[in-house]
Amino acid sequence: MIFLRDLTVQFVQMGLVLLLAPLLTGVVRKVKARLLRRIGPPLIQPYRDLLRLFRKEVVLATNASWLFRAVPYLVFASTWVAAALVPTFATNLLFSWSGDLIAIVALLGSGRFFLALAGMDVGTSFGGIGSSREAMIASLAEPAMIMIVFSLALIAGSTQLSAMAGYLLSLQEGLRVTLALALFALIMVAIAENGRIPIDNPATHLELTMVHEAMVLEYSGRHLALIDLAASLKLLLYISLIGCVFVPWGLAPAESDWRGYAIGVLAYIGKLLVGGIALAVFETFIAKMRVFRVPAFLGAALMLGFLGALLRFVSGSF
Amino acid sequence: MGIVFALPCILGLLVLSLVGVTLGHRRSGTAVVYGVSFVLSAALLANGGIALFSAAESSAWLPLGLPWVGAHFAIDPLAAAFLVIVNLGAAGASLYALGYGRHEKEPWRVLPFFPLFLAAMNLVIVADDAFTFLLSWEFMSLASWVLVMAHHHDPENRRAAFIYIVMASFGTLALLLAFGLLAGPGGNYAFDFIRIASPAPMTAGLVLALVLIGAGSKAGLVPLHVWLPLAHPAAPSHVSALMSGVMTKVAIYAFIRIIFDLNGLPEWWWGLVVLVAGAASAVLGVLYALLQNDLKRVLAYSTIENIGFIFVGLGLALAFQANDLASAAALALVAALLHAFNHAIFKSLLFFGAGAVLTATGERNMGKLGGLIHGMPATALATLIGCAAISALPPLNGFASEWLTLQAILLSPQLPQWGLKVLVPASGALLALAAALAAACFIRVFGVSFLGRPRTAVAERARDADPWSRIAMSAFALLCVVAGALPGFAVDAFAPVTTEFFGAQLSPQAAVPWLALVPVAPARASYDGLLILVFVAMSAVVVLLTVRLFGAKGVRRAPAWDCGFPDSSPVTQYTAESFAQPIRRVFGGLLFHARESVTMPPPGATAPARIRVEMRDLVWDFLYAPLALGIEMIAGRMNVLQFLTIRRYLTFVFLALVTLLFVVAL
Amino acid sequence: MQGLAFDIAHLLAGSLVLVSFMMIYQDRLPALINVFALHAILLSASVTWQANIQNMPELYLTAMIALVFKAFVIPISLRRMIVQMGIHREIENVVGIGVTMLAGIALVALSMVVMLRITAMADPLAREDLAFALSVLLLGLLMMVTRRNAVGQVIGFMSLENGLILAATGAKGMPLVVEISVAFSILIAFIVIGIFLFRIRERFDSVDVHALDRFRGEQP
Repeated sequence: MIFLRDLTVQFVQMGLVLLLAPLLTGVVRKVKARLLRRIGPPLIQPYRDLLRLFRKEVVLATNASWLFRAVPYLVFASTWVAAALVPTFATNLLFSWSGDLIAIVALLGSGRFFLALAGMDVGTSFGGIGSSREAMIASLAEPAMIMIVFSLALIAGSTQLSAMAGYLLSLQEGLRVTLALALFALIMVAIAENGRIPIDNPATHLELTMVHEAMVLEYSGRHLALIDLAASLKLLLYISLIGCVFVPWGLAPAESDWRGYAIGVLAYIGKLLVGGIALAVFETFIAKMRVFRVPAFLGAALMLGFLGALLRFVSGSF
Repeated sequence: MGIVFALPCILGLLVLSLVGVTLGHRRSGTAVVYGVSFVLSAALLANGGIALFSAAESSAWLPLGLPWVGAHFAIDPLAAAFLVIVNLGAAGASLYALGYGRHEKEPWRVLPFFPLFLAAMNLVIVADDAFTFLLSWEFMSLASWVLVMAHHHDPENRRAAFIYIVMASFGTLALLLAFGLLAGPGGNYAFDFIRIASPAPMTAGLVLALVLIGAGSKAGLVPLHVWLPLAHPAAPSHVSALMSGVMTKVAIYAFIRIIFDLNGLPEWWWGLVVLVAGAASAVLGVLYALLQNDLKRVLAYSTIENIGFIFVGLGLALAFQANDLASAAALALVAALLHAFNHAIFKSLLFFGAGAVLTATGERNMGKLGGLIHGMPATALATLIGCAAISALPPLNGFASEWLTLQAILLSPQLPQWGLKVLVPASGALLALAAALAAACFIRVFGVSFLGRPRTAVAERARDADPWSRIAMSAFALLCVVAGALPGFAVDAFAPVTTEFFGAQLSPQAAVPWLALVPVAPARASYDGLLILVFVAMSAVVVLLTVRLFGAKGVRRAPAWDCGFPDSSPVTQYTAESFAQPIRRVFGGLLFHARESVTMPPPGATAPARIRVEMRDLVWDFLYAPLALGIEMIAGRMNVLQFLTIRRYLTFVFLALVTLLFVVAL
Repeated sequence: MQGLAFDIAHLLAGSLVLVSFMMIYQDRLPALINVFALHAILLSASVTWQANIQNMPELYLTAMIALVFKAFVIPISLRRMIVQMGIHREIENVVGIGVTMLAGIALVALSMVVMLRITAMADPLAREDLAFALSVLLLGLLMMVTRRNAVGQVIGFMSLENGLILAATGAKGMPLVVEISVAFSILIAFIVIGIFLFRIRERFDSVDVHALDRFRGEQP
């Protein structure tokens, strides 16, 4: 009975992240439009876009291989599984122990691996641009993420996200320099990994400024829908990650009743809204960087993460 | 069982190599030699596996070699573990070579020495005294040298073989000195005696340095790695797979055997030195790999990166052991051993793929390949799994060993020494950087060679590999998936090794629910490869079915969109150099003095624009070139000794005699 | 002193190190001056907090001096001087930003190891604040060494002095803190004025835009 209830909660989590991801993208676009004194698309426009893409036929390049057709499913599956492992409204879900934060980061990395391969598959120069730039960004963003994981794991004594959230919720540590450094670095890495301004412009149609868009240039129809949904899921994942580690209040512990879960869901939606609005404001304030300023930006994130880990190694009170 | 079974199999390999001399000129020679090698390697693999799982020890003594020493052989858990690793690679290579070996132009240069190489590697592992060890080590180097010289018509290969034999001899010299120090003035070379006699700290430190030079150069630690990217690609592909995947593991075995077993208790700074060497090798290896265009050279440099990874684990184990943290040391050693096992599998797989590409197209340069996925689907799928495994993507096996190494690093704040407190997180950062760069490297390798449009006619005409090669590649690809989903079994298998050295082991993984990997405690960290594999597969299938049911069906083929500017020439797609350009610009300026210069003709001139990239290998320029220059200078000076008169020679002898008498008199 | 006071003091000192890194990261002069103003604001916040938990009202005065002088007066006058003298807006570095940041991390690690080792017996709050202060000092020196532009070097020197003030206020019971900090600030002011009035055109590595213009062949 308890197993069934836990299984239901786990499935609810998986469905919830899938449902909320396009809404989050819609909120970000709407707020950005409003800040630029436009009316902007309605909040449910991303859902409409996905539905439209699912109903269109797929146009494939003549030399696209089976890998090109398989990649959207692989990317979506890995991102969905990773998003399902992050505590959104409750911790200690049924299968949350099967992957810790390192596994989540690596799952996203495998999604990126296959997407970069798909970019190279058709043999156009735009695909190559996207894949090589994505490889460069990933080669710095991933180590920065691992260093952030180290800093957080050394504070919380575990790499499991549920354990981390629980530890930080118990306020045993209070404000820590390492936590501040990790938060800063995590925000920088999240911006880079999701391809937001100032790293990449998600709304651009200028090919030479694209990174993510260049890789998926040849996709259409249901394949493109899956990739777009995966990108929205990734953004949701990162905002949920920041929320569950740094703002863990509202997370329902294991064995809650439906009231606890309801509070958890409401708190989660609130965190998503705040995160989305903050992202939109940040993107409006700042200009996009030259491509070769990005390594300095990510290098700074790597340094911050490393500094946080170093401080924890050096003394337990940092 | 145990050693009693292993020795006849090794003898069988030696006999096979003799037979191979005559068989080399026959048409059936390839099938016979490789077939029998496969059977014997499989037998040794089974033997090693049984010895490892039963944690049994066995030993034997044969009256061969030096009269007062004889030849000692023994199998303990460490030897059993490495017998499994070595013979797995050997069996795979033999199976692959059943198909690949038929394309060899001069089989009599390869067939006799392949079983000899396998026999020598096995002998190194089961050797229980220094003399047998060193003799087998030298045989291993010589056999692989002959195999590197197999394609001797190419001057590059001859140069590679020359550098290889110089470095190998130098390495053996270092090991000889190390064993001499360990055996001490008593001169007893048997490992049993060396184990009991604990050396002085000064001697032990010197032994560490010598073993790092000797075994490290064979494994490929920077800066002793220069022979590896030259020699490994020069050999035939199945031999390259053995050299990269298996011979480097024999070097790791030598390191573990001498430093963990024979050298007494470690000091804390030993771990520091090994850790730093490993981290530096990891980053430099993968950066070199990103700058190469030759497919096999990329794989050779990637081997250097993975060896660096393994040495980081070994360094951590030494540091933990020096501080009496037995269970943490066990975790670090298991992480290193698991990575050695995984690397043997996926590196062999990747070399098999490179060999298939070489046979199908005759090209190793990635700039002449492209679009091979269409003509070689089975090879492409197996190589894709190999690339994904080596990039440490879950749920494959590369991720399991990387995860364990990172968990070992997370245990290190307990270490009290300040040097370790600063350098362990630095090494962790370097490891993470190396892992991310490795993923970029293998996106490049697979993307440029197998995907895209064919850049030359041979790439367009490529056909898949022969059945034996495909069976070997598929078997190893399947092994990557299985080892990634069920890493707990491998971790349990290595438990007797850690018990032997540290007296502690990780909690039995087979008992953990859902077959997860729980190295320390469930609340601390856990990873379930099987569940993640199942979840990803299930999600992909669910999405596929949903989309099929509710979405549009059908696919229409059309020319590529390319933003409305399609270019029919495959030259316009990204090359290997262009893919690496952003990374080269970020990292190459400092480490390789990479400089780009562009000459643009003035408007209206018809000359082409040129881009020129200059890079230097700093290790070669600052270490080896001055060394070689110095040796040449000294040799030139000493050349006068060849042309002295008889009186001068007599003077030399006289002075030497007088000096020795002085020394005796004092 | 445990608990929240400890953590806030650490946070402010740590953010000072963070802002020092941000200063190394900047490659444009106006942004560098803004970040330096932030550095000074954080310093005064940190000194104020120390004054609060150590119950030394003199430190409030030090904080006020740091705030007024370094967060307002000096940045505003620097910006005006830059515009008047037409100084090159981009800062050239001796080595790339990545290498400088790596060196910065190594220096922070070094200062951690040194400070925490030799003060093993002291009060935990003080010794960790001292470690951060030494980091800020070394990072300021690094900035002076790796910048080709005189304004960048001066800002490096001033951030170094901020590190010294942090160290002085972190260690409890240091006498004459207020007087020393006033003297330091006046010294800095004279150095800055001296550099700009007498040395600027001869001593910069980077080129003054107006000077270049004088040597160009065609004049509009």
